[in-house]
Amino acid sequence: MGVEQPLGENVLTTSLDKLVNWARKSSIWPMTFGLACCAIEMMATGASSHDLDRFGIIFRASPRQSDCIIIAGTVTKKMLPVIKTVYEQMPEPKWVVAMGACACSGGVFDTYSVVQGVDEALHVDVYIPGCPPRPEALLYGLLKLQDKIAKERNSFGSALGLGERLEPTAA
Amino acid sequence: MANKEIMTVNMGPQHPSTHGVLRLVIELDGEVIEKITPHIGYLHRGVEKLSEHRTYHQAMTLTDRLDYLAPMSNNLGYVLAVEKLLGLEVPERAQTIRVIMAELTRLKSHLVWLACHALDIGAMTVFLYCFREREQIMSMYEKLSGARMTSSYFRVGGLSQDVYDGFEADVRRIIDEFPGYFDVYEGLLTKNTIWLQRTIGNGVISAEDAIDYGITGPALRGSGVDWDLRRDNPYSGYDKYSFKVPVGEKCDTFDRYKVRLVEMREAINILRQALDSLKPGPILADCPKVCYPPKERVYNTIEGLIHHFKIASEGFPAPEGEVYQSVEAPKGELGYYLVSDGGTKPYRMRIRPPSFVNLGAIEKMGKGSMIADLVAIIGTLDIVLGEIDR
Repeated sequence: MGVEQPLGENVLTTSLDKLVNWARKSSIWPMTFGLACCAIEMMATGASSHDLDRFGIIFRASPRQSDCIIIAGTVTKKMLPVIKTVYEQMPEPKWVVAMGACACSGGVFDTYSVVQGVDEALHVDVYIPGCPPRPEALLYGLLKLQDKIAKERNSFGSALGLGERLEPTAA
Repeated sequence: MANKEIMTVNMGPQHPSTHGVLRLVIELDGEVIEKITPHIGYLHRGVEKLSEHRTYHQAMTLTDRLDYLAPMSNNLGYVLAVEKLLGLEVPERAQTIRVIMAELTRLKSHLVWLACHALDIGAMTVFLYCFREREQIMSMYEKLSGARMTSSYFRVGGLSQDVYDGFEADVRRIIDEFPGYFDVYEGLLTKNTIWLQRTIGNGVISAEDAIDYGITGPALRGSGVDWDLRRDNPYSGYDKYSFKVPVGEKCDTFDRYKVRLVEMREAINILRQALDSLKPGPILADCPKVCYPPKERVYNTIEGLIHHFKIASEGFPAPEGEVYQSVEAPKGELGYYLVSDGGTKPYRMRIRPPSFVNLGAIEKMGKGSMIADLVAIIGTLDIVLGEIDR
């Protein structure tokens, strides 16, 4: 069995990847970073009725301690450099959730001051539509992010500095 | 005496206690604040400009997103301004439901204020309690308008639809249950030593200064100025209800806290009176050129179909002129200044947001206090950046 096979390749790495993925998806720590209306629904999701803690999701106030940023609200051209700075301050691995119509596409605010979707600047992992999305929608989006994290490849290797973390393959 | 060394510290726009994307540049002498300069515009979405390209019915959806903690108050100010421009009389039932919703909105907004204010100072439990109670009002919003936050329930001339079955029972439940919750909050905070030490004597602003800075709402009443637009310049039938307008004495954060708590109890009082006076009747003004006709008229009569088509495709023209209408939003005087050139869209819509004007006083309130108290001052001002930047 495993002893007879040469190490490396499949058996060992995939199982470690799964272990790392399981740990990562079970403790997503998003930034406490609200921009507009969606931030209030984000707070409501984190508060008593919906309670994000039961998924291991705990808000952190510092980018240095977080691994997920929920873009909750309208991104303006004045705010975009700040968001980029905050994102760059977060340690790898990190994920981006675009919450609400504004963060996904600019929403109703097609004006001179609004960035038409945060994906113009950041790589977005999960888009959540709605204006603002209900807490259930945010929960569903975060569960989708967990699914995505669970399927990532080379998580362990990239943590050791061997290659890049790979997105799950389609289908 | 040692030389003063001023250190400049930047707070925000990414900061958990700035209630959004406010940025403050603070000049410090040790831990004492010498000067605060607010930098705004991180959430400027161009609402005023956008509304110049929307018909009067469409522009209301933008007002939801100004003060997103109190969407129905924003809607109310806007529809009242348009109705004033048109000289439209609103049926009594619609007015009463508007008052009920405006007061529920006040509760909702004050609950978030208390939650965040307490959380900033370190009382996590209050945050969880307030959001639990707020969910009740949110679910009412949803049953009524289909949306939890961006409701757009009011219409020019009345309401979009009548209330759902069981609405009155839901309001009664809030009237019965909420005073008990307020007692719980007071039990957690009013005699709590940490709370008292953080709030008493913090962010003092005298009545004269408050008036000079143009502060309105609970922040003004906390400084002892007896001024409430619901009583002093009534709209939407507020003159029919009797309620107390609480005022503070010491002009500090603790007095503003007490004022808001009494205001929440008075909101319950107004809710009770409004619900008792709620009678069946029409919910839209009889003005087919302005108000959407009911669906059965659209489907069954040619006039109804034409009116619906005209309002939906090009809106209704408003007479030339300009109006200013203000309401007592949870945060203060929310005013809409509308200019019409006779077309179907506002020529100019200027919004007077209470948070923006109140924020101006932060330099006065914060000067000379410790930097750690600044978070309490931001909390007590109860600002919303959507409204400040528009």
